[in-house]
Amino acid sequence: MQLTVKRAEQDSPLSADALSGEYAIQTRGLNIHYGGFHAVKDIELSFRKNRITAIIGPSGCGKSTVLRSLNRMNELMPGTSTTGQVLYHGQNIYDPKVDPVEVRRRIGMVFQKANPFPKSIHENIAWGARINGFRGDLDELVEGSLRAAALWDEVKDKLSQSALRLSGGQQQRLCIARCLAIQPDIILMDEPASALDPIATLKIEELMTELARRYTIVIVTHNMQQASRISDFTAFLMVDKGRTGFLVEFASTEQLFVKPQDKRTEDYISGRFG
Amino acid sequence: MSQAEAKVFQPHIERRQKVGALWKLVFLLATLVGIVALAALLLTVINDSFGLVALQFEVAPASLGRDGRPLERLEPKELREILTARLSSGLIRRLESEQPLAERSRQQLYELVMERVARLQVIESWSLGESLLKRGQIRNWLQQNHPQALLKFRSWVSWRFLVQPQASVPEKAGVLTALLGSLWMILITVAVAFPLGVGAAIYLEEYARENLFTRILQVNIYNLAGVPSIIYGILGLAVFVRLLERLTSGALFRIGDPATANGRTILSAGLTLAALVLPLIIINSQEAIRAVPQSLRYSSYALGGTKWQTIWHHVLPASFDRILTGTILAVSRAIGETAPLVVVGASTFVTQHPTSIFSKFTTLPIQIYQWTARPQAEFRNVAAAAIIVLLVLLLAMNTAAILLRDRISRQRREG
Amino acid sequence: MQKKLRLGELVIQLTLLLFGVLSILITAGIVLTLGEESLRFFASGEISIWKFLTAAKWQPAIGEYGILPLASATLMTSLIAMLIAAPLGLFVAVYLSQYATPRVRAVLKPILEILAGIPTVVYGYFALTFITPLLRLVFGENVVSIYNTASAGIAIGILILPLIASMSEDALGAVPRSLKEAAFALGATKLETSLSVVVPAGISGVAAAFIVGLSRAIGETMIVALAAGAGSALTANPFRSAETMTGYIVRISGGDLGYDTVDYNSIFAIGIVLFLITLALNIVSRRIVRRFREVYE
Repeated sequence: MQLTVKRAEQDSPLSADALSGEYAIQTRGLNIHYGGFHAVKDIELSFRKNRITAIIGPSGCGKSTVLRSLNRMNELMPGTSTTGQVLYHGQNIYDPKVDPVEVRRRIGMVFQKANPFPKSIHENIAWGARINGFRGDLDELVEGSLRAAALWDEVKDKLSQSALRLSGGQQQRLCIARCLAIQPDIILMDEPASALDPIATLKIEELMTELARRYTIVIVTHNMQQASRISDFTAFLMVDKGRTGFLVEFASTEQLFVKPQDKRTEDYISGRFG
Repeated sequence: MSQAEAKVFQPHIERRQKVGALWKLVFLLATLVGIVALAALLLTVINDSFGLVALQFEVAPASLGRDGRPLERLEPKELREILTARLSSGLIRRLESEQPLAERSRQQLYELVMERVARLQVIESWSLGESLLKRGQIRNWLQQNHPQALLKFRSWVSWRFLVQPQASVPEKAGVLTALLGSLWMILITVAVAFPLGVGAAIYLEEYARENLFTRILQVNIYNLAGVPSIIYGILGLAVFVRLLERLTSGALFRIGDPATANGRTILSAGLTLAALVLPLIIINSQEAIRAVPQSLRYSSYALGGTKWQTIWHHVLPASFDRILTGTILAVSRAIGETAPLVVVGASTFVTQHPTSIFSKFTTLPIQIYQWTARPQAEFRNVAAAAIIVLLVLLLAMNTAAILLRDRISRQRREG
Repeated sequence: MQKKLRLGELVIQLTLLLFGVLSILITAGIVLTLGEESLRFFASGEISIWKFLTAAKWQPAIGEYGILPLASATLMTSLIAMLIAAPLGLFVAVYLSQYATPRVRAVLKPILEILAGIPTVVYGYFALTFITPLLRLVFGENVVSIYNTASAGIAIGILILPLIASMSEDALGAVPRSLKEAAFALGATKLETSLSVVVPAGISGVAAAFIVGLSRAIGETMIVALAAGAGSALTANPFRSAETMTGYIVRISGGDLGYDTVDYNSIFAIGIVLFLITLALNIVSRRIVRRFREVYE
């Protein structure tokens, strides 16, 4: 099976934690429990700025759980407990003094199934900005976000129409635009194209590569080809016998897919399981 | 983060969180309003159901003594003299017809004198709150205005209250007549509405096809469920009381006194409420039947069962617990209904217990309505006592419904 | 043998069909009796439908048959009831669906159900013996008469509060989690999510709840019969007594009523107005709920 692998930087993502300026966000000893169930253990990851990092692994290995821990979305589920640290530009976002509301403004999220609000296209984008106290010109912001999400040309004449009338792919790009409007610096994407057809998927992938110039992107995907196509770094997670997820290998995409260090990684990417 | 960013977005997170906390409090308080209202209601009822009463003899027993002998030591002959002197001739005749005075023992005659001549009456009553907090003041007031009166603590809800019939004097009034009226009436309602309701539900869920007629039927039932209960009363008045008077008054069966018989009977009331709860029973039973999994029906068909056999032996038993619960809830709603019964003509003053379904009647809520509407304070007390009886009855019914449902569904699961 | 069974099945099916049709009979009965007797009412001479609906005096003794005073009293009690129950009901629904933990819900929901199950005559008692004295204490005995529409309105509001709360809670709870997550992911607080996303998303269910509550308030009888009084005058003062449409029906039919008197027939005329209003409200609310369900399924 031929995978097109993205040429990435040679240095390992885990090199020198000295300059935390290199990394937009890092996890240290991250453990997450749902009630009594140990969902993921000892996750150590560092996400380079302005790069796309993919998290792959078989279903149920905790990819989404790790992703959602990066902007404290896990807490919305009652009974969740998180130990360890998630360092955002050096500061632990799980510090009791930190308000999750503030975290989520800076670390945005796009979900697997597009979930636009049942409002107009314009309002979908303006709402987030407004509650966050946006001081500028809303119309300008809406246009800018839609352009950045490669959706402007398709919807510029129908901004007041309900967002629910758009196609699946368009809705997902709208959700991306909505996320961009509040100007986060990290965008988390949870299998953003899994519900879309191949053409729409391609559009989203192109968009992500474009966005990586200005944002740090972390994407969870079960599609290995996608991961190898667009990401700079890849983390591979697995479950142990107790169904707890753990990190197997984390390297530049090129290295992980062409010369994986761990046999389990090799088995997974060659399709022997998963 | 950066300076530029700080100018564009001013998230004011702390202020937003404070506003959020404030509104959360508002929402919580809104919920507490309901609880407070319920507590106030129950406390008001309890407050009026217990309290001090001032009792006084109409004729002091001491004044009935003779030659220095107190009342309790008088001879039967002397007691009889007191009775004939003090009571009306009509009353004497009635007492004589029940049991001749000459044949009554001294104890019986004494009790008769105490009950009919001396007549211990409630001249004033106080609520529980007043009784507990202003006891001294009450005592003083009583000393000044009614020095002969006794002060006693009384529970207006009592065994006697439950078994006494109606009376014009509040302290003698009881709810037995009303309870019997409610009971007779509800039996008719259930006997009519339950089979009709469940039957209609079976038809709609198991037999009816998806066509215009069925949809009209269904919409019609939903609409009926939302009609105010008083409209059902008007319906009952026009149809059961007036149109079908021959049936509901009993004239058709030659029962009852033709001079006073009319359609305002328990039968009319029961049928009116049956019409009222019918849509509720249908809707509830439909949901219960719908909840039975299709696989159960298919297994029965696969074994060669007919439609009705499947329904009777499989679907109904599977849904019976929910049907029963829903019916009991509908019935408890019917027991509390007042407006339609007033329109249909529950009597304002019924002293005799109902003897048949063609009797005039009163029900517990009607009694409460009438007592509440009277201005005298003591009627408030008996109204409150009757409310307690009604609420306890409803609580018992609802609890029974829940327990029954749990028991039946547990039986089915453990089979 | 087989033929016999099928005949039995047919008989059963027909019987059950008849049971179902019975419900239509009831509706027909309501419509016919109300209609027929109302016609008799209007046919009796000096009463025209127009005057009936618009005249401002209701005094049958002197031949005045304007429904406005009764209707305005009904409107007043219902409006007061909705002013209390609608916002409170919505707030309760927001609290129960967005904020309350399962344990808190397990305690609060039964209490609301108990409130909903208390017979209306008990609420009437409550209005007369608690709310009215309270109002008189707060506003003064000169301002508040013993029978007043405010007291009845407040009691009706408490009566329909659980109804509105539980219907609204169902509507808010049906809003998909994904919408809430989207809002949180944009850095919204719980309040902002609840009010700007959840409530608007569930608004048709909430609207339907309001309409059902209003319909219930309009049809309420015993509370107004006990607490609102019998004076029939067009007044906007909630502290005065006023008879509602339902209160009138109860008062007239509770007394000595001769058949075919104008009084008797008037019950039906008012009844039909009441029936039509509540029917219209219920139809509208169900239509809203159906449209709401379509959006999410």
